[in-house]
Amino acid sequence: MERPERAAAALGAQPRANGCSGAAHGGLRNGYVRGLPAPDTQINHIVHNGGLYKRPFNEAFEETPMLVAVLTYVGYGVLTLFGYLRDFMRQWKIEKCQNAIEREEQKDFVPLYQDFENFYTRNLYMRIRDTWNRPICSVPGAKVDMMERVSHDYNWTFTYTGRVIKGVINMGSYNYLGFAQNDGTCQQAAAKVLSRYGAGVCSSRQEMGNLDKHEELEKLVARFLGVESAMAYGMGFATNSMNIPALVGKGCLILSDELNHASLVLGARLSGAAIRIFKHNNMQSLEKLLKDAIVHGQPRTRRPWKKILILVEGIYSMEGSIVRLPEVIALKKKYKSYLYLDEAHSIGALGPTGRGVVEYFGLNPEDVDVMMGTFTKSFGAAGGYIGGKKELIDYLRTHSHSAVYATSLSPPVVEQIITSMKCIMGEDGTTFGRECVQQLAENTRYFRRRLKEMGFIIYGNEDSPVVPLMLYMPAKIGAFGREMLKRNIGVVVVGFPATPIIESRARFCLSAAHTKEMLDTALKEINEVGDLLQLKYSRHRLVPLLDRPFDETTYEETED
Amino acid sequence: MDIKSMKNYLYWLYCQFELITCSYLMEPWEKVLFYTFNVSMLVMVAYTAYIFFPVHISTAFQFCLHLFGSQHENTVSVVK
Ligand SMILES: Cc1ncc(COP(=O)(O)O)c(C=O)c1O
Repeated sequence: MERPERAAAALGAQPRANGCSGAAHGGLRNGYVRGLPAPDTQINHIVHNGGLYKRPFNEAFEETPMLVAVLTYVGYGVLTLFGYLRDFMRQWKIEKCQNAIEREEQKDFVPLYQDFENFYTRNLYMRIRDTWNRPICSVPGAKVDMMERVSHDYNWTFTYTGRVIKGVINMGSYNYLGFAQNDGTCQQAAAKVLSRYGAGVCSSRQEMGNLDKHEELEKLVARFLGVESAMAYGMGFATNSMNIPALVGKGCLILSDELNHASLVLGARLSGAAIRIFKHNNMQSLEKLLKDAIVHGQPRTRRPWKKILILVEGIYSMEGSIVRLPEVIALKKKYKSYLYLDEAHSIGALGPTGRGVVEYFGLNPEDVDVMMGTFTKSFGAAGGYIGGKKELIDYLRTHSHSAVYATSLSPPVVEQIITSMKCIMGEDGTTFGRECVQQLAENTRYFRRRLKEMGFIIYGNEDSPVVPLMLYMPAKIGAFGREMLKRNIGVVVVGFPATPIIESRARFCLSAAHTKEMLDTALKEINEVGDLLQLKYSRHRLVPLLDRPFDETTYEETED
Repeated sequence: MDIKSMKNYLYWLYCQFELITCSYLMEPWEKVLFYTFNVSMLVMVAYTAYIFFPVHISTAFQFCLHLFGSQHENTVSVVK
């Protein structure tokens, strides 16, 4: 395998949390012991292609214990049986049907609303619906206020009691660097811009919606990323789903990670290109697909593919894993394909100065053809960007739907991004942004280490601020969310269809705004709930990602 | 004191059962149905065991006797 020649040699020999070199950082803020290895050092230091990595890459996924898997299926079995019973009763009008049904005069048509996911929503999701969409009524910072609501008909409808649950510790928002604030420099700057430009732009970038602020933002983003040029869009989701179709089309091939975000999947499907899916973060699988694509070309005609585009994310938001970027880049160079990197979660959150996964691995941003990211997470704003070569951006400016047809970013939002980004870059004359990045890295290490010690099954890379804690059983999804809220901690729980059916989980997102006391409170409560619900499944049997079962069938998934 | 911890433990066990079988998520009438079904199954199993166990045990016992040599005529007939 070819080695990437150019690589910043900035990282010292001693790997630190999140690649932060501890210089310029007197006394640790939260007083953590940094860089201490976890007591049971069974973590597999994966050194496949070790030469490509300049830092240890500790990423492990513990196997689902057999008993837990069986019991989870039992739970789903019981729920499914009762679901059928309830459906039966609804059909015979014993019970009032509250969900969408066909109109009387269309009863004999092909049903519009009936499929499995509908059954799932009606009969399983409805039972724990109170765990999601909880309205909050404050800035989603380290602590939030939530509106209390109750349901008198088993979650079909909710009523608000008018009370507010104050000071809930927020472990769910993607507020990695703590820039979701309603005071401070960002807010002041945004307020000033709001009083000058107003909130709406009322036109697209192509027409009357191209403000000087947008130009300033794009220059700044390009500088931040270390690329030639960049372009900003009003919505992160649309950045993906509208720009991929502008880049590839019929006769092209997309190689997509199986756990890619819905926006990437939608963009890939809209593009009309052939899509093949490789196993999550599995480089053998990717290489096999690349090799096959080059050897066999397009199906039937056997012409070579026009373009091959690899779609990966920086941090996968459900698994907490970090992409094996050095290997992906090596493969991309070897097989001369293009790379589209979605840094939605990693920008700001990884790397010594928050430049994302490229900096985390000490690579050159020029090796990534399309750098995409969002401002929704670390910057506490809204929107997305694409960075890359000047030709690429110029092309996208005229060809991307979200540049031509969508209203451009609102000026106060732009100002929030500019101010927070300058803060991270240290251009505001303080070291605050840098400290936030370091604080996040410390919080991440601390939180992950403590959870692991308690015996929970935690997925993902040890540097990833997204921390999935496995719950598995459907009843525990609801119970965990409710019990945590009872203890004044807001968490996000995730189940099917966002995850495989048995791998339901709770997902914590750490933030630089969390103090040690908050984390300790949260950990104490998690520990308690973990004992109550028996969530400490870990048998400390870790499977390195590469050794996860790799069956070869996936690669013919979407033969066009 | 001991009774109390025992009670707590039983309650905890009940919670675990509810979580695993998802009866935690059910509406009261569904719970009643579920528990009625489970309890009746359990009772039936227990009753069946009560009726048939002694017979099987004695058969097995006799079979063992037969294996280990001390042959009585009626053992042989039972084994057949
Ligand atoms: C990987 C990835 N890409 C894109 C998006 C969409 O970004 P936005 O929320 O700004 O629309 C998300 C959001 O969750 C994401 O996780």
